[in-house]
Amino acid sequence: MLILGIETSCDETASSVVEDGSRILSNVVYSQIVHNRYGGVVPELASREHIRSIVPVVRAALDEAGVSLEQIEGIAVTYGPGLVGSLLIGLSFAKALSFSRGIPLIGINHIEGHIFANFLEHPDISPPLVCLVISGGHSTVVYVADKGQYELMGQTRDDAAGEAFDKVAKVLNLGYPGGPAIDRASTRGDADFFKFPRARLEAESFDFSFSGLKTAVAIFVSKLSEEELKKHRIDIAASFQEAVVDVLVEKGIRACQKKNSDKIVLAGGVAGNRRLREKLRSEAEKLKLQVFYPSPVLCTDNAAMIAAAGEFYLSRKKRSDLALNAVPYAPLSSA
Amino acid sequence: MSVLSRKTKSPEGTKELGRDLSQQLKPGSVVALSGSLGSGKTVLVQGICSGLGVEKAVTSPTFVIINEYPGRLNESSVWVYHFDLYRLEDVEEFINLGYEEYFYGKGITLIEWAEKVREFLPKSRFEINLKIISENEREIIVGEF
Repeated sequence: MLILGIETSCDETASSVVEDGSRILSNVVYSQIVHNRYGGVVPELASREHIRSIVPVVRAALDEAGVSLEQIEGIAVTYGPGLVGSLLIGLSFAKALSFSRGIPLIGINHIEGHIFANFLEHPDISPPLVCLVISGGHSTVVYVADKGQYELMGQTRDDAAGEAFDKVAKVLNLGYPGGPAIDRASTRGDADFFKFPRARLEAESFDFSFSGLKTAVAIFVSKLSEEELKKHRIDIAASFQEAVVDVLVEKGIRACQKKNSDKIVLAGGVAGNRRLREKLRSEAEKLKLQVFYPSPVLCTDNAAMIAAAGEFYLSRKKRSDLALNAVPYAPLSSA
Repeated sequence: MSVLSRKTKSPEGTKELGRDLSQQLKPGSVVALSGSLGSGKTVLVQGICSGLGVEKAVTSPTFVIINEYPGRLNESSVWVYHFDLYRLEDVEEFINLGYEEYFYGKGITLIEWAEKVREFLPKSRFEINLKIISENEREIIVGEF
């Protein structure tokens, strides 16, 4: 089944053609570099950029795949969560295309898309499994009983992990996006330089809290002279990253044990973090858990993962109608 | 106009102050919060929301800029709008968000990093400034204009 995926939930305009939920024929991601200047995503700029780029991006996805619209058997589009103005561009475009060409449409939850990035890249993985979805806007622990069957085990109570990365990168003057900047700086830094607090919350909880850690770094930095900061910038970055990674790995593994699952998978932009992958692998090995994660291009926002999730539903005759609307805080729900 | 200054000794204390403050709010109230990164703005907002009977998890809307929560005030329902302008650099973008509908509507508006849009804030508002004293202590100045 040939599916066209469309994703515009934040600042990436993305489109992709995926065959049978596992073969990527094209994966076009247009990143709005304009935000660099602002140290973050500016919603109104984002939606204006989406309007400009949606048609060329979808056309490029079809061209690169070497298929025409007539061959497309379904359109999968992100309906939420995300910035409402951004979501609406992709969604309205997908609805219009579906209506005018008579192609079946399915709305996909962005978080479910991230989970499907794993099924797309590793078709042999079969649930049940535990998935950590960690990105700029999300930090969630999801138990995937089966494809389409989800149980939200925990989520952030304040800042998302990627948001903490961005804010700390700004405090340390390491640039935007903060995740990759801290990842790079940390490889040369001393992770034991300072022990920042790890918020583990209640013993049984799978929720996260990264706001206190961000505050601790900000206070720590404010006490340093410019010279000291310059000297220890990468050490602070590495120590901060270690604190985030510790908590993510610990909660992920505990979630696996609670659910008696032998697989743990990563998804979302922060899943590309090298230290997180390394630490999760080594801890999981001790317990004989299998670890999977998508390649970096499928960790960050993309439309191939949306197309893969779309194929799962469309091939089971599920459809969305044209009343489908953008839902900025869409919760992950089961089919 | 009135101004009061309070010290809190923990995030829980800041939340408690937020719950107290929520009792002074009415439909249409605007609360402008300012203070550096980690000074407790989101924590105070969580307290205000808890006082307004918001049951949804109140998290930092940095990426989505505005969160909206259904709450309750004196037995009737009220919308609570939670702005986080951390990423905003240009007031043009703020104007394009359609802020008037929030500020001059019937909901309660809470704005983090409000100093970035000072000239757009309504004259009648609560102004809250948070300062970091130490690891856990905060000085919180609340002005009613």
